[in-house]
Amino acid sequence: MSAASRFLRRITPQLVTLAAVLASIAIVFPGFFEISIANGRLYGSAIDILNRGAPVALLAIGMTLVIATKGIDLSVGAVMAICGAVAASAVDRGMGLVPTLALAIGTGLACGLWNGILVAVLKIQPIVATLILMVAGRGIAQLITEGAILTFRHEGLIFIGSGTFLTVPMPVLIWLFTGVIVALVVRRTALGMLIEAIGINPRASMLAGVNTRVLLIAVYMASSLCAAIAGIIAAADIRGADANNAGLWLELDAILAVVIGGTSLLGGRFSIVASLIGAMIIQAVNTGILLSGFPPEFNLVIKAGIVLVILVLQSPTVQSAFIYFRRNKQSSPADAKTVVQ
Amino acid sequence: MNARSLPLLATVIIFLLAYAVCYSQYPAMLSTRVIGNLLTDNAFLGIVAVGMTFVIISGGIDLSVGSVIAFSGVFIAVLLRDTGLHPVAVFAMLLVITTLFGAAMGATIHYLEMPPFIVTLAGMFLARGMAYVLTIDSVPITHEFYGRLQDFYYLMPGRGRLTLIGGIMLLVFLTGMILAHRTRFGMNVYALGGGVQTARLMGVPVARTTIQIYALSGFLAGLSGIVFSIYTSAGYSLSTVGVELDAIAAVVIGGTLLTGGSGFVAGTLIGVMIMGLIQTYIIFDGTLSSWWTKIVIGFLLFAFIVLQKGLVWIADRNAGALKSAR
Repeated sequence: MSAASRFLRRITPQLVTLAAVLASIAIVFPGFFEISIANGRLYGSAIDILNRGAPVALLAIGMTLVIATKGIDLSVGAVMAICGAVAASAVDRGMGLVPTLALAIGTGLACGLWNGILVAVLKIQPIVATLILMVAGRGIAQLITEGAILTFRHEGLIFIGSGTFLTVPMPVLIWLFTGVIVALVVRRTALGMLIEAIGINPRASMLAGVNTRVLLIAVYMASSLCAAIAGIIAAADIRGADANNAGLWLELDAILAVVIGGTSLLGGRFSIVASLIGAMIIQAVNTGILLSGFPPEFNLVIKAGIVLVILVLQSPTVQSAFIYFRRNKQSSPADAKTVVQ
Repeated sequence: MNARSLPLLATVIIFLLAYAVCYSQYPAMLSTRVIGNLLTDNAFLGIVAVGMTFVIISGGIDLSVGSVIAFSGVFIAVLLRDTGLHPVAVFAMLLVITTLFGAAMGATIHYLEMPPFIVTLAGMFLARGMAYVLTIDSVPITHEFYGRLQDFYYLMPGRGRLTLIGGIMLLVFLTGMILAHRTRFGMNVYALGGGVQTARLMGVPVARTTIQIYALSGFLAGLSGIVFSIYTSAGYSLSTVGVELDAIAAVVIGGTLLTGGSGFVAGTLIGVMIMGLIQTYIIFDGTLSSWWTKIVIGFLLFAFIVLQKGLVWIADRNAGALKSAR
């Protein structure tokens, strides 16, 4: 099987789910796919999904790498809040755009370094290690903004949240660009395979010569870097840094996006493209519920239902039962070969 | 000195030291009034932290409890507003629902072999979503029975009030300690946390115990919801966001190993009290801002986790030294 068709086969379930969600929205809301250009910007519900889904998509990129190492990063929401607060307070003090962005992203990288050291050097379980920053992070963000919502009017920073480039909103470009870069870096080099090796068996991969410690720290730093970018976008979007609500519960959405993308929480295999489609599925469900006139209260219940269905499908018990039944039903040699592969 | 009880000892010492510091600055901190308020204000957190202790000792995690508390409050408030049912009947219905909810999550975790993290995450969405579906408004509870529950207290010497909900929390802790250390269920929980395979080979009924653990956590989350509704006299679907994290933090600060297999229910009580003490201190001080609570709790979490790591490392080294000496 060629690489391209294997890749297509890998993301087929996600594509089908996304298509099903979009189709069902289109049935309820016929004008869904209409796209128009006004004031040099694309408008339409489909564009809206791409735009609103930017923070979760960015977080999902980093979270995919972390989960591939059998870890989890709960702190991304708090890191978003911290970096948004840093960016807002920097422009508030009259700093230029480039130093502001550098400062915010540097802060994000420092958060990732902290998480990475806890996980890789002190060998603390990832859930617990990142829980520390999740709890303390919002406090730190509030410390930076001094409890208030810091608003700003810096044109350059606002452009990142609501500007357009060649009629496409900036957040969409940023997450697409980040996704492509990260996917290329991990898949066109051996990096992705090394990350998967850590997820399967950290000890064995260390014995095989993989620099587990540095790679783990790098992965957590990548996750926080994505969170920092997402935090800057979120702050630029509302033209202010809200330490309490920026990125609140987005870590769960990001984990959900990765799980919907078919990356196992047990580590060892991942697909960034599938996670990005997962993020879009979540945003499509959110937007769809809003558009269809359903009360938004049902949003969480529907999300829980989707998670449950995916959990059941991914569960090792159900999968082995599925393979067992398939084998029993058709025990022709041709079929046996596809099972063994 | 047993290495297992060392984290608990550290927690107790830190609590006493912290209280001594608070007392030296504000002598009123030692009055029974402050202690009574400390118990009342943290009652709902303490109750839910007992359930979390069992879950974490068994090596799992329950992220749904905060949402279940919110759901409980909304459920009680809406039923009391729309029907003529007596609060006690509503409480009974609620506890059955939340216990079954917990049991269902336990069954999913065991039979589908899914990580507890993601199953209880789905539970968290579901419970919060059901609360939204019931109502998104804050519904006040005006039943006269609630007034009687709120006025019910025991006057401690020094005019401090041990309220009903503070008393319930202490009772839950007492029951939890007996359950953890004096019953077969408690032993099974510890065995599961030590390792599922080993526990199974030892004859621990893994399926039943897992379901019981999460059912207990669900039951206590429901009870905590009742206590919270007495505390606030209202049900609001946006309340108690993030309480699961506070509960996990209290359990860790209380000296329970997050890897499972080791910990004390009594430690969790002190963990909850330390967190309450930080908040009380900030209120007494008046110039510190509330966000320092989060930062201090984060720092305490870090300190305790590093302490635990150090202890485990020392224990491992000692075991290695014994082996090589033999």
